Formats: sequence, structure tokens, C-alpha cells
Amino acid sequence: MKSKRIAIYGLLVALAFLLSYIESIIPLPIPIPGIKLGLANLVVVTGLYTMGGKEAFILSIIRIVLVGFTFGNLSTMMFSLAGGFLSWFLMVLLYRTKVLSITGVSIIGGISHNIGQILVAVWVVSNVMLLYYLPFLLVSGAVTGTVIGMLGAVIVKRIRKYDF
Amino acid sequence: MIKKNDVILLGTILLLAAAAIIFINIRKTDGSRVVITIDGEEYKTLDLNKDTTLTIEVAEGAYNTVTVKNGEVDMTEANCPDKLCVKHRKIHYNGETIVCLPHKVVLQIVGGEESEADMIAK
Repeated sequence: MKSKRIAIYGLLVALAFLLSYIESIIPLPIPIPGIKLGLANLVVVTGLYTMGGKEAFILSIIRIVLVGFTFGNLSTMMFSLAGGFLSWFLMVLLYRTKVLSITGVSIIGGISHNIGQILVAVWVVSNVMLLYYLPFLLVSGAVTGTVIGMLGAVIVKRIRKYDF
Repeated sequence: MIKKNDVILLGTILLLAAAAIIFINIRKTDGSRVVITIDGEEYKTLDLNKDTTLTIEVAEGAYNTVTVKNGEVDMTEANCPDKLCVKHRKIHYNGETIVCLPHKVVLQIVGGEESEADMIAK
């Protein structure tokens, strides 16, 4: 039981690394401070549905710190942590209420990640005008959130097959 | 995999975002000046009608180059790690911003109302 859990952690962290790398080489059509595709959120969503809220949190932090040191720097890590924490919190909350399926939860995760990041950006440069970017952040978060939620559903189904 | 609630959620978010984008686009007016702030402190204000290039030394070895040309503002060069500010399109509408987060530099267009008043005065 325990070794299976460790194996899943390892798999998901590796997947997060791969996704973060892919994300770092894809240029975004709209250059907005703090914006990310959020592909690696797939890992947190999968962790949440296969292992639980606490494990998803651990995965999220490990991912942000490891990926931050590899592909980013301390300042991008601060944005990720703000986005990651807000997104994890809301996803766990909605996961528990069972109002939404994995796709809806992932959409909430996607947009709240972007909202968390832009809020930190507003704070860093002390300029509220950055909130003008919010509508674009909502669209991008919702679109990637949908795709990730559907992918997550497939992965969750496969992992659960291993009687975990 | 997808519930009805998910679709409602997605639809609501997209509608809200679309409404906000339309609202911003309807209300946008041409600005007349660009305010440059560094770390929240106002650094300089440039007139959009005067073509200039300004290189700001943000800190030791950190710089951003701002170019005003044909009434538009652009961040033409910077040595920040992500270069998002350089990739950003040119701006000239009131309230638009270009942000260089690593250097904490913000270019913000202001004075939309003033330029209209100027036109009436002329």
C-alpha cells in the first residue's frame, strides 16, 4: 500500500516536470505577467482524485519548488506558490462538495491559479491596472482547465485500476 | 467526466470574461501620456506625441528601453529574465499597461479625457 503511494508520487512529480518543460518551450500568444498555461495542474488534479487533498497539496508544493529551481527563479516561484495555493484550496473545497466533476474542479483550479498570480503581480508593482488582464486570464484558465480536467479523468481511471 | 454543472461553470466564466472584454473595448479612449513607475514610485511621464527613446537603469545592470513612436508606447528592449514586457504589443489606449515584473517597471497610459478636451479646445 505504502510503496504504491510512493510510486504514484514519483510518477506524478516526473509528469509535472515533463509538463513544465513543455510549457516553458510553448510561447504564449498574449504576454501577460504571471500568466501560465498551467499544464502541470494536471498532476495536482490527478493527485487530488487518486490520493486526496493532503497529498495533492504536497504534490503541488514539490512540483513548484523543483520546477521553480529548474526552469524558473525565486520570483517566478513566488507567483507559482500564490497561484498554486489558491488553486489547491478551491479545488479541494469543490472536490468535497461534489457539485462539479473533475473537469469543473480543474477549471476552478486553472482560473484561480491565474487569479492568484495576477494578485501577486498587482502587489509587487503596486498597480491595480493589471486587473485589466483578468478577463484574458479567466479565458485562458478556463480553456486549459477544461482540457486538463478531461485528461485528468482518463489518467485517474487508469491509476485507480491498480487498486490503490 | 463532465457534469451539467461543469458546462454551466465554463459558460458563465466565458460569458463574464467576454462581457468584460467588450466593456473594456467600448470604453477605451486614446491616451495622451505614459507614466513610468518603478517599484510603485513614479519615475517619469512621457508625452505620446513626442517620439523618444528612453533607457531606464532600474538597478545595477538591469535596464528597460521605452520607445514612444507615432503616439504608441513600446518596451523595445530589456534584460529581464522573461522578456514578457518586450513581447507585449505597443499600447496607446487609456489605462493600458506594459509590465516588466522582474524589474517592477510599469508603463501606464493616462490622460485619455485630456486629449479629447484638447481636441475640442482646438
